[in-house]
Amino acid sequence: MLAAASGVFGGVDQQYLDQARQMQALSFAAHIPLVCFGIAFPSIVLFVEWHGHRTDDPIYGVLARRWSKIMLALFAVGVVTGTILSFELGLLWPNFMATFGSVFGLGFAVEGISFFLEAIFIAIYVYGWGRLSPCAHLLAGVPIVITGFAGSLMVISVNGWMNHPSGFRLEKGRAVDVHPFAALFENDYVWHELVHMYLAGFIVAGFVMAAFYAFGWLRGRRGRYERTALVIPLTIAALAAPVQVLVGDWAARDVAKTQPVKLAALEGLGTTEKGAPIHILGWYDGKEVKYGIKIPKLLSFLSFHDFDAEVKGLDTVPADDRPPVNVVRFAFQAMVGIGSALALLSIFYLGSWLRYRRLPRSSWFYRAVVAAGPLALAALICGWVTTEVGRQPWVVYGVMRTADAVTGASGIAIGYATLALVYLGLCVAVAWILRRLSRVPLDPAALAADASR
Amino acid sequence: MHLADVPLILLLLGLAAYAVLGGADFGAGFWQLWGGRGEREKSIREHAHHAMGPVWETNHVWLIFVLVIAWTAYPTAFASIASTLSVPLFIAGIGIVMRGTAYALRSGAATAREQRGIEVGFAISSILTPFALGAVIGAIASGRVPVGNARGDLATSWLNETSIFIGVLAVATAAYLAAVYLAADAARIGRPDLERAFRVRAIATGIVAGALALGGLAIVHDDARRIWDGLTTGAGLGAVVVSGLAGVATMLLVLRSRYEFARVTAAVAVAVIVAGWALAQRPDILPGLTIEEAAASHSALVAVIVGVGLGAVLLLPSLALLFGLFLRGRFDPHVVEPEPVRVSAPRAAHVRPQLGLAALACLVVGGTLTFFFETSWAHIIGVSALLAFVGLGFVALAALVAAGDQSD
Repeated sequence: MLAAASGVFGGVDQQYLDQARQMQALSFAAHIPLVCFGIAFPSIVLFVEWHGHRTDDPIYGVLARRWSKIMLALFAVGVVTGTILSFELGLLWPNFMATFGSVFGLGFAVEGISFFLEAIFIAIYVYGWGRLSPCAHLLAGVPIVITGFAGSLMVISVNGWMNHPSGFRLEKGRAVDVHPFAALFENDYVWHELVHMYLAGFIVAGFVMAAFYAFGWLRGRRGRYERTALVIPLTIAALAAPVQVLVGDWAARDVAKTQPVKLAALEGLGTTEKGAPIHILGWYDGKEVKYGIKIPKLLSFLSFHDFDAEVKGLDTVPADDRPPVNVVRFAFQAMVGIGSALALLSIFYLGSWLRYRRLPRSSWFYRAVVAAGPLALAALICGWVTTEVGRQPWVVYGVMRTADAVTGASGIAIGYATLALVYLGLCVAVAWILRRLSRVPLDPAALAADASR
Repeated sequence: MHLADVPLILLLLGLAAYAVLGGADFGAGFWQLWGGRGEREKSIREHAHHAMGPVWETNHVWLIFVLVIAWTAYPTAFASIASTLSVPLFIAGIGIVMRGTAYALRSGAATAREQRGIEVGFAISSILTPFALGAVIGAIASGRVPVGNARGDLATSWLNETSIFIGVLAVATAAYLAAVYLAADAARIGRPDLERAFRVRAIATGIVAGALALGGLAIVHDDARRIWDGLTTGAGLGAVVVSGLAGVATMLLVLRSRYEFARVTAAVAVAVIVAGWALAQRPDILPGLTIEEAAASHSALVAVIVGVGLGAVLLLPSLALLFGLFLRGRFDPHVVEPEPVRVSAPRAAHVRPQLGLAALACLVVGGTLTFFFETSWAHIIGVSALLAFVGLGFVALAALVAAGDQSD
């Protein structure tokens, strides 16, 4: 692992490496919640529209129409924050791009095409309300769902490659013998990341939407419209959240196999051990976890399904090759903790349907749903911190260090401060538009039709 | 033609499409800057906004297309350009964020003051972005981007005669294209007042852009001699002549209100200049780096060409569908038909317990295969079953929820 690639351009001395990393992380944290809506919103809106046709109930049409406007606004913000990310690949990490652009670029090229199709059909869908036949309109929504999935597959395939690189050889710092297809799609690391993220999209979008309506519910807005708008996203999130626990376990086992150092950082395992324990909470002091709640042998069991399996510790690599353990560990524990809590809330909700065939009545349930929205977002960000900071100090795991990928240009701090300000403004703007869109009165014709029932 | 040239042609096609379609978008923003409080001025701004609404995101994707081809097929050149020109690219990026945000916000503006604030932000970013991107082109064309990690000067690489000239030309061209297209849209929706307003603007900015282009050749002569030589001989000269003729033809067509042809000639006038630049600069992408030297390995080039080629099979008909609907006026505000009034009573969806049972079976099978088995086949089936649980469970519960409506 010590023979790290210096890349096409060779290393540079960049004193603002940390700022460059934080700037990339900020851009990513701003973009990834929008990705969740890009993944989940089209399927949800399309289901609502289809259900409306099936039941001849106008309230679903009203709901789909209003949600599709929010979907378009969030898509617009996702488009531009995604553009910033693609700019930053070149602006901040030129040596990474120059050295490996040809290896993983195919993923982004196909992503570009699917993004194109997504933009085309989202426009046709949203501007096509009442202007296309109901059937054509419904069909125009299908490519949005497919391209949303294809786009995540492509981006995740690049991330999977960065975590588990293959499909090339290194010769004098350059990538030669490049096989882009093998690098991106014959990589077993891609699939758990893809499923984990795809489900996260539904969980985050579902709980965030449900949180809005649960908040209204607590304030007495409990009409048929609001009830439907609450139940649909909440149900889909509640189905996905327990499944995510199983998928997350699968992901962790793959990490144990291919990135043992990352796993050791997740659990704060300083030295290689047989029958390794898990610690809940606590602090890693450079050798072991202090003050945590210890559960003996559980790490060995969860990683390898064997209570006495050997789990590699951080001591298997030099100190320079280890990620910042406490950051990764805290993010991982937060994700798992929140994810488990959301799964429990979901099981309670689903149980209420199965047992009593109605929504829970306790207002504590609705308070919990209000909290679940921001918590799901936090778990999403923590999950990405886990995998991305957990990969450090490598940008391409075991191949190129982040410090060798960075730009030689000055002024990173200025760019970072500017972007932080702009994104702060963007946050305020998004909150403002969502508030405005939610206050547009409901279509009177549809409500009248509903009242006459 | 060498294999290494093929992605460059795709890239240039994307750049030409972005210059025309994205340019018209930026121009529409440009026309929102000029205001006044009167009804007429307001309707001019409204028109500039609404005309681009359905297509701006698609038009923006051409830029992403150019970026991804560049970094896949010519990674060294891309990384050298992005690192040396990080300042103008970052400015363009910020401008793009502001534009997208303004688009998203405009639908929520309630008062005239809010709307004007959003419009001004939109207009400023619509001028900043094409200027910065034009400056990037100027830096590449005048040979100011050396190969390497931020080896060029961070300031003078893009703040120089050629860059500023191309930046200003990009803004003027955008305003011109938008005026032609907005006049055409106004004619389609039957607004002669708006049509006149944008016809005047089209001709005025056409003259300005043409004069700028000719005057700027003097700058190119002094500052980017290589490009000057390329544009005054052979195929490069041909491109300049075609562009000039197309520009003059556009003027005449606009004067006669023949907009459908004017759309095409205006696009040709701009797109041909992109080709002319490429012809003038070849075979070097950057000083001392030819296209062949910059190109990625054979397998990477084949992969990107095949990928884009297969994608084009889906993309081109989709683009044709969107622009067909758009240009035939199907998205125009006045064609909204009211929803048909329903006479039938809503039907409750059937509650199907067997669907719920199937979902639970999927959960058990999927959970078992994913958790207890290690082979990839078990995982594929297991994860598919888990996803099926989410889908089936949702459909089953949705019917239950709708049925619950009546009983609650």
